Amino acid sequence: MRRDVFQAIADPTRRAIITLIALHAMTPNAIADNFNTTRQSVSKHLRILTECELVKQEQQGREIYYSLEIEKMKEVDKWIEQFRKIWETRFNQLDKVLSTIKKQKK
Amino acid sequence: MNNLLFDFTVDKASKTVSITREFDAGLSLVWDAFTKKEILDQWWAPKPYISKTKVLDFKIGGRRFYAMVSPEGQERWVIQKYTSISPKTNFKFFNAFADENENPELPGSEWNHTFSEQNGATKVSISIYNESLERMEKQIEMGFKEGFTMTLNYLDELLKMLSKK
Repeated sequence: MRRDVFQAIADPTRRAIITLIALHAMTPNAIADNFNTTRQSVSKHLRILTECELVKQEQQGREIYYSLEIEKMKEVDKWIEQFRKIWETRFNQLDKVLSTIKKQKK
Repeated sequence: MNNLLFDFTVDKASKTVSITREFDAGLSLVWDAFTKKEILDQWWAPKPYISKTKVLDFKIGGRRFYAMVSPEGQERWVIQKYTSISPKTNFKFFNAFADENENPELPGSEWNHTFSEQNGATKVSISIYNESLERMEKQIEMGFKEGFTMTLNYLDELLKMLSKK
């Protein structure tokens, strides 16, 4: 199964987890305290986020802390930039078409 | 020419892409450019892609069925079904990829276009709502390719220009 950053942000709970751990690293229990879902469900989301390489785990004593991979989030911005470019090009082409038609009408 | 307004935002929470652009032309002409196949095909596909509209029946319940054709001749079909039309003000369609026999690949996206004229310039606002961000990404997968080809194309032109100097 394909796992990437877009799959990670497609789910509202995962987006909320991302927002939480963007501030500081947290244990799965501390993350789960913020949601009305089961710990199991939070674990599942954390597993997906890990598979998407959007979070990293760090062992501190007996606890595992989850934190955000900021660099990976930037992939989203790159993707948006590509999309923006397509529209920019498309509309620049339309500018030319409009100006040609306007000249023909004169 | 490029001091015209261009605004592009992606709101991940509402799964909506919003694009606003101003054009140096009257409302009627800009409206035609978005709703008539002869004009649409001249600008819709970012070069070197070509837009090839097979059907355009601009009425509620009607559709535009077109392909984006790559320089290698590869076709990617899209169907846009018109769901609402207020002449020279607003139109909406449901957009979905399709096969060459017009069988849509769901889910698709909802597009809303609003037109307004001020001082001889026409402002167009487009919002695209996607059911899922994953889907939105798929919609752009080809865009990535386009974007990349486009960049190469520009580089090519730039190099030609520079070599003339």
